[in-house]
Amino acid sequence: MYDRSAKLAAKGVVIEYWLHRSKTIFRAVQGVDLTVRPGEFLAIVGPSGCGKTTFLNAVDGLIPIAEGSLTLDGREITKPGADRAMVFQQPGLLPWRTVLGNVMFGVEAQGTMTKDEAQRRAKQQIELVGLKGFEDAYPLELSGGMQQRVNLARALLTDPEMLLLDEPFAALDAQTREMMQLELLKIWSQTRKTALFITHDIKEAIYLSDRVIVFTRRPGRVKNELEIKLSRPRDLRVKRDPQFLTYEDEIWESIQEELAVPAERLMAGMPAA
Amino acid sequence: MSIQSWEPAAPTTTLDRPPAQERRSIVKPSRGKQYEPIVIGTFSVILALTAWQLVANARVMPILFLPGPNDVAQAFVKLFQTDDIWLDIGTSGAELGIGYGMAIAIGLVTGLLMGWYTRFQYALDPFVNFFYSTPRIVLIPLFIIWFGIDMPSKIAVIFLGALFPIIINTMAGVRNTEAALLRVARSFGASDALIFRRVVLPGSVPFILTGFRLGIGHALTGVVVAELIAARHGVGQLIAIAGQTFQTPKMLAGVILIAGTGMLLTTILQRIENRFQAWRPQLR
Ligand SMILES: Nc1ncnc2c1ncn2[C@@H]1O[C@H](COP(=O)(O)OP(=O)(O)OP(=O)(O)O)[C@@H](O)[C@H]1O
Ligand SMILES: [Mg+2]
Repeated sequence: MYDRSAKLAAKGVVIEYWLHRSKTIFRAVQGVDLTVRPGEFLAIVGPSGCGKTTFLNAVDGLIPIAEGSLTLDGREITKPGADRAMVFQQPGLLPWRTVLGNVMFGVEAQGTMTKDEAQRRAKQQIELVGLKGFEDAYPLELSGGMQQRVNLARALLTDPEMLLLDEPFAALDAQTREMMQLELLKIWSQTRKTALFITHDIKEAIYLSDRVIVFTRRPGRVKNELEIKLSRPRDLRVKRDPQFLTYEDEIWESIQEELAVPAERLMAGMPAA
Repeated sequence: MSIQSWEPAAPTTTLDRPPAQERRSIVKPSRGKQYEPIVIGTFSVILALTAWQLVANARVMPILFLPGPNDVAQAFVKLFQTDDIWLDIGTSGAELGIGYGMAIAIGLVTGLLMGWYTRFQYALDPFVNFFYSTPRIVLIPLFIIWFGIDMPSKIAVIFLGALFPIIINTMAGVRNTEAALLRVARSFGASDALIFRRVVLPGSVPFILTGFRLGIGHALTGVVVAELIAARHGVGQLIAIAGQTFQTPKMLAGVILIAGTGMLLTTILQRIENRFQAWRPQLR
């Protein structure tokens, strides 16, 4: 059933948090089954709080899984590794380092390059994400979109086999977001890295991906899976393609079902009148 | 891992890039605004000194109670014509330098360790809390018994005075490292040593320098109070004797010497702090 050539394979992945205050176990992800093929761009969408970030953190190796198996190239994921790199929702840049220093931070942490080489490649990477001329600027002097480019460049410089992106454009305005999507597509088509992309934005998911996975509401599971058969390279016009709109409707409906909470469950959470 | 596997190809579009030299804020404070603090500050000091001088000139009180600024200035000049003043300044300066220097070295290391290793913090917390909430000068009598009335007992008081603000602020700096930055570092597989050196330590610098600055105030208090109680030489001792012998202008000259030292050291540290904040955009 599971493709042995899968880059990433999740089987019955359960992830739990220990809640200190109530001293209870909280199940955030409940039995996720999915595979990501090598070179594939896969997006995950789902209602807020359904465990998307949690799942991605587990793929990155930042948090352990409680049950099931999560493998990269057939090897169990237990800790972060140079084969994966995360682009975080919040850019997480060191404010006292310049753009150049921040882009170099990932490879510096991994210890995979000499300083000279890191510096040379970081400069190329900065050019690639469209920040040439800003090498010596500090993060607080950059716009949100530019900070996210640094965040992306830092991940790309580590040359991972798999790129993990957690709503990287969510905080950006609509125009900057579209531009960043376009650039991500360009970079991705040049490098063809396996990508796992999390987003709230259904259009974004369809526009970028080969496949979109819909999560149920918490605790998250895979609810629906959609092959996106739009030809590449894609430009912004594809968003008005009838096929695109059909995909959008289908995903939207899927999520709607998850958002519609039965009335008795809503009442159960209310204080007595 | 192959790093060669791909090279960046043609740069992608860059729509929102202004020319590099326009990058920094063009909201530059005007020349007048820039000097405003100094001008207004100087003016208010002159005003206060004038008022003081006028009240003193009216001689509603004898010079013993209220010397004027001119009297204090005269006493100050006279003070520096004696040889004793250099012995006093040398003694107090050495006490301050040694006590404060030791507090910086030991406080920094202890604070970093306490911030980084939770168990170490648990072990030392009771002592830090005890000493931080006790006015350290109550220990002076004990130090005099242990170390005598010369420099060592003063150094001990200064050291203990400056030590705890430095420890507590350094520890707070380490503890306050942004969780998002730690997560990024872990995600890239950074070792603990690298996280400490490249993330935690630089992030703590503002806290550490604040600790140093607070430490100066405590150290100066230590110098004066310890010398007031018992000493052979020192600026604090000079103030004490001048007071006991009703030489009020001379006493105030000593006070100004202490205050000036405090202001000088604080300003130097402030400059250092600003140098470490080059990455913070100017908001004013
Ligand atoms: N560190 C944590 N400790 C305890 N519970 C957590 C923790 N992180 C997340 N959770 C809980 O786990 C659930 C899933 O959170 P997660 O951040 O994975 O959701 P998400 O799908 O990424 O949501 P969003 O789309 O809003 O970012 C949430 O109910 C959240 O309250
Ligand atoms: Mg999330």
